[in-house]
Amino acid sequence: MTALAHSFADASAPDLAKLEPATLNHQVAQFLYLEARLADTHDYDGWEALWTDDAIYWVPANGDDTDPEKQMSVLYDNRSRIGVRIRQLKTGRRHTQTPRSELARVISNIEIAEVRGPEVDVRANVLIYEDNLRGDTLWAARNTYRLRMTDAGFRLVRKKICLVNNNKPIYTLSFLV
Amino acid sequence: MPHAAVSEAAQARDYRALIEPARINSRLYYDPAIFQEELEKIWYKTWVYVGHTSEIPNKNDYVTKSIGPMPVLMVRDREGEVRLLLNKCPHRGNQLCAYQKGNRTSFTCPYHSWTFSNTGDLMGYALPEGYEGQSKAGLNLGKVPRIAIYRGFVFGSMAAEGISLEEHLGGAKAALDQLLDNSPTGELDLTAGFLQHRTKANWKFMLENETDGYHPGFVHGSVFQVTSSGIGSLYGADSTALTRDYGNGHTEFDLRPEWRKHDKPLQWFGTTPERLPEYVKSMNAAYGEERAREIMIDGSPHVMIFPNLFIAEIQIFVLQPVAVDETIQHVTAVQFKGAPDINRRLRQQTMGSVGPAGLLLADDTEMYERNHRGAQILDPEWLVLSRGLHRERLDENGFRIAHSTDETPQRGIWRHYLNLMTEAR
Repeated sequence: MTALAHSFADASAPDLAKLEPATLNHQVAQFLYLEARLADTHDYDGWEALWTDDAIYWVPANGDDTDPEKQMSVLYDNRSRIGVRIRQLKTGRRHTQTPRSELARVISNIEIAEVRGPEVDVRANVLIYEDNLRGDTLWAARNTYRLRMTDAGFRLVRKKICLVNNNKPIYTLSFLV
Repeated sequence: MPHAAVSEAAQARDYRALIEPARINSRLYYDPAIFQEELEKIWYKTWVYVGHTSEIPNKNDYVTKSIGPMPVLMVRDREGEVRLLLNKCPHRGNQLCAYQKGNRTSFTCPYHSWTFSNTGDLMGYALPEGYEGQSKAGLNLGKVPRIAIYRGFVFGSMAAEGISLEEHLGGAKAALDQLLDNSPTGELDLTAGFLQHRTKANWKFMLENETDGYHPGFVHGSVFQVTSSGIGSLYGADSTALTRDYGNGHTEFDLRPEWRKHDKPLQWFGTTPERLPEYVKSMNAAYGEERAREIMIDGSPHVMIFPNLFIAEIQIFVLQPVAVDETIQHVTAVQFKGAPDINRRLRQQTMGSVGPAGLLLADDTEMYERNHRGAQILDPEWLVLSRGLHRERLDENGFRIAHSTDETPQRGIWRHYLNLMTEAR
């Protein structure tokens, strides 16, 4: 159990609202930076371990407020498909990531949107610089996250990546975004 | 067509010296002058797929589509008629409509407020006294000269005269019928929206790869390894699946011999009747149990309609060339009208496999981009399309067929391409 998880009086039902706002902001930011670093460095196992069993990993297309159950999305993975995606990357024959993209991303404008018991919804902006065989690509997105406090610290329940140009043709997006 | 300078250069270019029956010159993929000539002789001349009527179900619906690099407004006008209008104000050439889709009876140019009915007719302009005594005739929106619709598939041709759409489709029409047989209503409902995959490669690499059965075992080996997909065996040495050249550049990967051998309904879609009970019930009601069973064994086609409509069993792809080295792959899930349970699975499978993040198409697209970079290397100049020459044969309808991994489709595509590029104007 992490120090933060341990700090809750009732560890089985941690209430994030009881944290000092500065503490919550700090812990959330640290988690987003960790997730970003694991993705940037292609630490596939470490990244996959961040997700909860009820996870949704979503990159909408043609707008930010589409219904993913009705409309096409660039990516709309449940936990099972996240696993397939990771296993494919680990075969070494995911050609679009062989050689791997070189990545550096910056996360900023982190805002706590809502706190509900053990869960917190977060907004952030992200810029990702990608270098690969084709050339250099700059990706920009407004992200929303849902994090859940568990015995092992924060885990990722939901990540929605709203690419600012998702209504236009975009290049292959095969790294962990 | 306004490419006089290009045409002069093209007349000097001898395509017969660049295309042989079983090998082609790399220059065909990267020469910008050849691309310009393709616009003139293929994209702005032959029948090109534009969109589907289900994308504009209501009167006054419109959606922005394309013919080659050129945007086209596909409109259902106030009378319900489908029209293909060109998105250019005849006054100063301004882009008239800046939105992807919508519903409106008229389009007003933001520059000088000229307003057009969704039939394309000029309704009026601002400050009309400045045009006193002048006629509005000839000031309507441009139109795609010919439009033809086959069972909801809307095609346009920028040539005022030419062969009919039915002649153009030829034998490949049967593949469209096969697709629609899989719908309990015989109709599609393409309402899920398109993904747009930007690809730094010449469009012909995609045209050729769509029916290349030689690559999946290698390009998609990673997917076959980590999923229980039985698709890999279709592309092995022992596969009974066929490649087919329908003529007119249309090609097919015919999986029916394999599915018929297994004799299991919905195996083509990696599922079983028990998992899609509503769909099976509606298919039985529509076609009778015997015919429905046949349809659900044969499954949906894998056909590339020249030059830009690819039906990949469960997806509709539209290839759009925008430059000699850039193509947009537009793709959406096949959706059958009146079949919600299979439609959900069709969307899920499509989102997982295709588009910019797709488990399959991201690797195909990686190959396209490497193809394009490699093709520009000067030696060897010629690329080889000889696979399966010795085992090519004719089917009962006189179409060339061969083993699932043979390059019969690609040879057919280039045969048609050579005809188009050397056709008398």
